[in-house]
Amino acid sequence: MDYSAIFSYMYTEIALVGVIVAALVYDLAAGKKGRQAFHGVMCALLLLFIAGTVYPYHKETAEVFGGMYVYNPVYGIVKSILAIGTLIVFLQSDTWIRKEDTEFKRGEFYVLTLSTLLGMDFMISAGHFMMFFIGLELASVPMACLVAFDKYKHNSAEAGAKYILSALFASGLMLYGISFLYGTAGTLYFDDMVAGINGSALQIMALVFFFTGLGFKISLVPFHLWTADTYEGAPTSVTSYLSVVSKAAAAFSLMIILMKVFGPMSEYWQTLLYIVIVLSITIANLFAIRQKNLKRFLAFSSISQAGYIMLAVISGTPYGMTSLIFYVLVYMVANLAAFGVISAVEQNSGGKVGMDDYNGLYRTNPKLTVIMTLALFSLAGIPPFAGFFSKFFIFAAAFEQGFHVLVLIALLNTIISLYYYLLVVKAMFITPNDSPIPAFRSDNSTRLSLLLCLAGIMALGIVSSVFDGINLYAFGM
Amino acid sequence: MNILSLFPAIPVLMMLGLWISRNTRQIHAVMVTGASLLLGLAIALVFVYLGMRADGHTSEMLLTDSFVWYKPLNIEYAVGVDGISVAMILLSAIIVFTGTFASWKMETDVKEFFLWFCLLSVGVFGFFISVDLFTMFMFYEVALIPMYLLIGVWGTGRKEYSAMKLTLMLMGGSALILIGILGIYFGAGATTMDITEIAALHNIPVEMQKIWFPIIFIGFGVLGALFPFHTWSPDGHASAPTAVSMLHAGVLMKLGGYGCFRIAMYLLPEAAQELSWIFIILTTISVVYGAFSACVQTDLKYINAYSSVSHCGLVLFAILMLNQTAATGAVLQMLSHGLMTALFFALIGMIYGRTHTRDIRQLSGLMKIMPFLSVCYVIAGLANLGLPGLSGFVAEMTIFNGAFSVNDTFHRVVTVIACTSIVITAVYILRLIGKILYGTCTNPEHLKLTDATWDERLAVIVLIVAIAGLGLAPLWMSNMINDSVLPIISHIWN
Repeated sequence: MDYSAIFSYMYTEIALVGVIVAALVYDLAAGKKGRQAFHGVMCALLLLFIAGTVYPYHKETAEVFGGMYVYNPVYGIVKSILAIGTLIVFLQSDTWIRKEDTEFKRGEFYVLTLSTLLGMDFMISAGHFMMFFIGLELASVPMACLVAFDKYKHNSAEAGAKYILSALFASGLMLYGISFLYGTAGTLYFDDMVAGINGSALQIMALVFFFTGLGFKISLVPFHLWTADTYEGAPTSVTSYLSVVSKAAAAFSLMIILMKVFGPMSEYWQTLLYIVIVLSITIANLFAIRQKNLKRFLAFSSISQAGYIMLAVISGTPYGMTSLIFYVLVYMVANLAAFGVISAVEQNSGGKVGMDDYNGLYRTNPKLTVIMTLALFSLAGIPPFAGFFSKFFIFAAAFEQGFHVLVLIALLNTIISLYYYLLVVKAMFITPNDSPIPAFRSDNSTRLSLLLCLAGIMALGIVSSVFDGINLYAFGM
Repeated sequence: MNILSLFPAIPVLMMLGLWISRNTRQIHAVMVTGASLLLGLAIALVFVYLGMRADGHTSEMLLTDSFVWYKPLNIEYAVGVDGISVAMILLSAIIVFTGTFASWKMETDVKEFFLWFCLLSVGVFGFFISVDLFTMFMFYEVALIPMYLLIGVWGTGRKEYSAMKLTLMLMGGSALILIGILGIYFGAGATTMDITEIAALHNIPVEMQKIWFPIIFIGFGVLGALFPFHTWSPDGHASAPTAVSMLHAGVLMKLGGYGCFRIAMYLLPEAAQELSWIFIILTTISVVYGAFSACVQTDLKYINAYSSVSHCGLVLFAILMLNQTAATGAVLQMLSHGLMTALFFALIGMIYGRTHTRDIRQLSGLMKIMPFLSVCYVIAGLANLGLPGLSGFVAEMTIFNGAFSVNDTFHRVVTVIACTSIVITAVYILRLIGKILYGTCTNPEHLKLTDATWDERLAVIVLIVAIAGLGLAPLWMSNMINDSVLPIISHIWN
């Protein structure tokens, strides 16, 4: 076996395993003083990891382990984006994790989060359904632990149980679908399987089952029913991780597999996606209007955003892939900024997450309010913030392939989404409140994370080089 | 850097200046410097532009500049102006300048107010200088969203409702514009987003044009107060603070007319010919219905808002006539209406700031109490009803002249119907002036009120000078516009 190839192409995963092991060892070995610095050490390690892996060292596609693992520069870009998201989540988690009932298990938090990240990396790079499934499970099971991390809180435990049950059910369905594929095509390698894909009834069933499994991870309607409860119950840092990193990885690998494996059946999955997109965007938007809890509110907003992400998947073009990755990146910074503010407010006000609690926030915490506002504007797609550009690009991607009516429906839905995003803005700026949340100073790492997100929201759209860089490596059907 | 890029750049710098300024004095200093700079630059631009035309530059867009922004979609940051956009930039600069002075006495959250105000002007200027579909649309949306907070936070009355209604309706319009832009871009072969290049290609199939033309026209028409999509306008204007009403009615509503002309009609010419009759009917309704509605309102701002619906309807009405005279009249009307409606809203704001009511049933005899404001109000009213010597006359005369010259019964009938709006305008303006300015003052509280202060006088005088200037010497402006309208009109007919 050629070990040098493994090291030269799997560098991301190997380095990540290194970080995980380092976290485990540090957790065991560090003394009292060392534990105080745990947060800084982990962020520094992760930063080092990102700096080392962000550059695509090879420009060509390569296979390792006989095709089980595939290297591609685009995959590298996506993995880096996921790692940056994780870093921001880590930065935001400090105040929460330092609390008494979670302090003693902060090592677990880092290890579990990084394990899910590792799982997602394998999921993206998989060239074989077994590899893909292992990656998916590695991303799901530790996630359930994370969701239930505040296990003394009733909500968190319930959310964890809900998550793991739905995840297992979805995984089961997906495995069933994969077994159909194996039965009809005779192989589980992506590259070989294409030859055996002919759109037979069994394969359509396989497609639907497979799609259900990933639709659960991305939380598309009608597989979204776990989302609101889990998002509400989970610790806010975990919710933000769940809503961006996990979702982004699943959406990207869905696009890869639909293009690579189900390429010959594109008309079937395009129809499927068409319906799912319309449902996701519309239903999630309508539900979001009624939410009074900001975490639930952002849960529904993230479902509708997932629908928008699927607009890029449905196109199946290189340009579509570029706009998907760009959308995910922009969505990530905006959503993490919003969750960062929510988390900061929650930690410093004794757990307030209701929309009414935010009334008059501008009077006491103007900076946080402005960041939240810009994040929501970016999510709603208002220029000159990055969200406008990413939305425009996915619309263009779907439009190019002739999905005119779909784009129109999605566009009209942006108005509904603007309405509910503005409701939060209205609460913070306009609605008067006699006793708003008092002014507070959030911790330095949260401030740093918000600054990073803010820079992303402001600059990602105006500076076109990020988009061009992704476009260089993207590929289509 | 191109001189045109300075127009959006200066408000951005003003925002930075506002951000670091610490008290009202510094804020005012930043705003006055920036706004004067913009006004000076806009006047200089007019002379530069006319000079270049006199030197024999015949290309459609002058002062052009572009650099590639997003290569995969052929998006460029491309700027350039013709006579229409020069006129609009001048208008915007005047309104921004006077709007600054009209909000001199703003007390709550001054800094934030001017920050959003500057963002609004970034969008407005950016829109008028762009010749790239994407950048144009981007600036269009930049101009819309600050309205929500400007009305919601600093407005009066049912401000939250009005702000939300206005934002959602205008954003709905912009959603239609976005899909229309994609339709144009991919319909023209997905090679360029540059407006002049797409027009030169002239390769969008007529069936596709017939889909995208109504969509884009309605999209921009929402902002241009096209019936039945005008309902945001009265509520929005009535609730907005003075400077925002001025900028919104004065400039922002012109974005609608400009967009309809520059994008919908210029890029989709065949559809414009075939489908214009539908929109002619709608705009005729706008014109007459707006005027009638103004007659029965009792709130000063509502009266002016409905009057705006009527006058902006006339802008769209004129460009749909598809001839040079009417289109020149449309641009003149945009200018004239922008100036006089800004003057109206400024005066209403000043009166409201003193009397704390805008209900005309509670106002009377103001002429004795505040003669300066009242005389200016009369001038604004006379400009509105088209008195010769003021700008309204020039614009409406040109429009109806052009409209009537279209040689068929349908166009002539709608022109006659639209003409009645002049009479109705006279009814509500004269009734209003008689009611609130003359007669005896019944409210003893009002007798203690004072006349305009220096900042208010400055704002008002600048606007009146512009209105009278346009009315007394319209030719230089109308020639500049006329030359630039010609390529668009001839493109539609070829």
